[in-house]
Amino acid sequence: MTERRVKIMSRVGLHARPAALFVQTAAKAPMDVTVALDGRDPVNAKSILAVLGLDAHHGEEVTLAAAGDGAEELLTTLEGILSQEEHGRA
Amino acid sequence: MPEPPGPLRGTGVSAGSGCGPVRRMVGTVPEPPAGARHEGDAAAEAAAALAALERVAASLEDLAGHAPDDAGRDVLRAQALMARDPELAAGVRARVAVGIAAPRAVFEAFAAHREALAAADAYLAARVVDLDDVRDRAVASLLGVPVPGVPASDEPFVLVARDLAPADTALLDPATVVAFVTENGGPTSHTAILARALGVPAVVAVPDATALADGLLVLVDGTAGTVHVAPSPSDVLAARFRDRTPSHVSAAPAGPGGTRDGRRVPLLANITVPGDLAAARAHGAEGVGLYRTEFLFLDRADVPGLDEQAAAYAEALDAFPGGDVVVRVLDAGADKPLPFLPPSAPEANPALGERGLRMLRRHPEILAGQLAALAEAGAGRPGLRVMAPMVTGADESAAFAAACRDAGLDRPGVMIEVPAAALRARDLARTVEFFSVGTNDLAQYACAADRQSGALSRLHDPWQPALLDLVALAAGAGVPCGVCGEGAADPILACVLVGLGVASLSMAPTAIPAVREELAGHTLDRCRAAAAAARASRTAATARAAARAVLARRR
Repeated sequence: MTERRVKIMSRVGLHARPAALFVQTAAKAPMDVTVALDGRDPVNAKSILAVLGLDAHHGEEVTLAAAGDGAEELLTTLEGILSQEEHGRA
Repeated sequence: MPEPPGPLRGTGVSAGSGCGPVRRMVGTVPEPPAGARHEGDAAAEAAAALAALERVAASLEDLAGHAPDDAGRDVLRAQALMARDPELAAGVRARVAVGIAAPRAVFEAFAAHREALAAADAYLAARVVDLDDVRDRAVASLLGVPVPGVPASDEPFVLVARDLAPADTALLDPATVVAFVTENGGPTSHTAILARALGVPAVVAVPDATALADGLLVLVDGTAGTVHVAPSPSDVLAARFRDRTPSHVSAAPAGPGGTRDGRRVPLLANITVPGDLAAARAHGAEGVGLYRTEFLFLDRADVPGLDEQAAAYAEALDAFPGGDVVVRVLDAGADKPLPFLPPSAPEANPALGERGLRMLRRHPEILAGQLAALAEAGAGRPGLRVMAPMVTGADESAAFAAACRDAGLDRPGVMIEVPAAALRARDLARTVEFFSVGTNDLAQYACAADRQSGALSRLHDPWQPALLDLVALAAGAGVPCGVCGEGAADPILACVLVGLGVASLSMAPTAIPAVREELAGHTLDRCRAAAAAARASRTAATARAAARAVLARRR
């Protein structure tokens, strides 16, 4: 199991376009991927409803977890999405 | 003979009138009954449910390709993701496995997620509308009833809906929709924004609008915020005459607004999107009394940059080189939540929460950015004035004025929308150069009546004597005081406001010619007499009648 703590840099939190991008990226991975807010149960990172339901805001930290081949790579990609500060239109 | 019923009342969000038969959204999806069971083949039942969800996802993605803008496309794609959600699918399978019929299983699986979103902040609560739309489409598909949506028609019609989802608007044909009427929504709802973009008259927050029968002829007045059922031909003609679309307005600039005896009262336009500027000029506006800046910020994830903002402000100033342009800084919060400005805590009553200047005080960098952009646009363009929304006390107005002056903007002003601000207007007047009364919010707060509540529309009447008293306090506090609420668009009330001491009137552009004409027919003394008669009345209805009676003795 690979875990990664990531701070959400998006101004809109894990909502709107960042959430959609995060879920779509996770959904392409063959293995299970979870995301957890501190003190709460991890949820399925491939589920837009579960991810929105976290209601994770700018500046909060989440823990990403995945296991198996390519887990490191996947978490790095997901971390990159959460670390992007701006997600506005051009 | 029974008295004909009065018009339905709501909030006019897009000016002008439209008349046509009612067409309601088709396919109101019923809730599948609790306890509905399937025949026993759980695998086939689950497959049917998941196939319906996939059909919905595919159709939403298809709609996304036709979306009018990026924001709409993002919403539709997010809805497609919801329809394909693996947790939702698991919830459906689990329910079907214990014998629940597919439509009910889908309904219940959505309900589990719906609760989680609805309990979260305002932004997520707004996503509940999107989620419900996905649910209704899936249930409709399973029940074999029409997918909810805008009715197809070759004949012009008035679209009546509870509210419009983004997916509804993607396929809307503006050539056949002559007006919108919705039960829900406010001035910044999807319906309102779309209506103004299309130039279609619209009234939102009309109680029981969806009870209007299909085919019923209605006259929608987006300026007055009314819906007349079965209007007489003369009503329809009168509304058309009053609309005076730009092609009917003289190209020569109208004379300046004012009373018959020469008291100047600049007649200004309320601008919600830059496209309103052309209509404002065409209808003889002398400037802009309320330039809303929310359009720059809505439906986007981050703050627009200095250049983008400055260009938008400069466009307004260039449209009225000889007149004043009053720009209101960002009025976010309440019915206008922004993703990058979430309230610091969940708000049970957002209209009483962190909105307007209150929100900007928590995010001084956004205010500073907006003021810097305004200063850039205002350099060499002398008409610029800047004001803050939702100001309560003199400490707030002083802090705002200081921020403006720091940015090089030397004519700061504030909105008077809160009774406390009106009651202590003299204190505020020591800190700023001008006031602008927002009659809609002032009525909301004076009467403790949520603007979004159609059931309380009678309390949103700007003729209420209490509201007139508050306007008089603001207008007599020692700095020029304008009115930029819907009240200014009523020609009779406009005269009363001038009689109360109001210095300028700002309104939807289409309302300007009628206000100009009425005001030009009365002396300032007559306006004062009408104001006194209205304030001496005990109810909105008698205030209106009293003012009318005074003004009827005209000329």
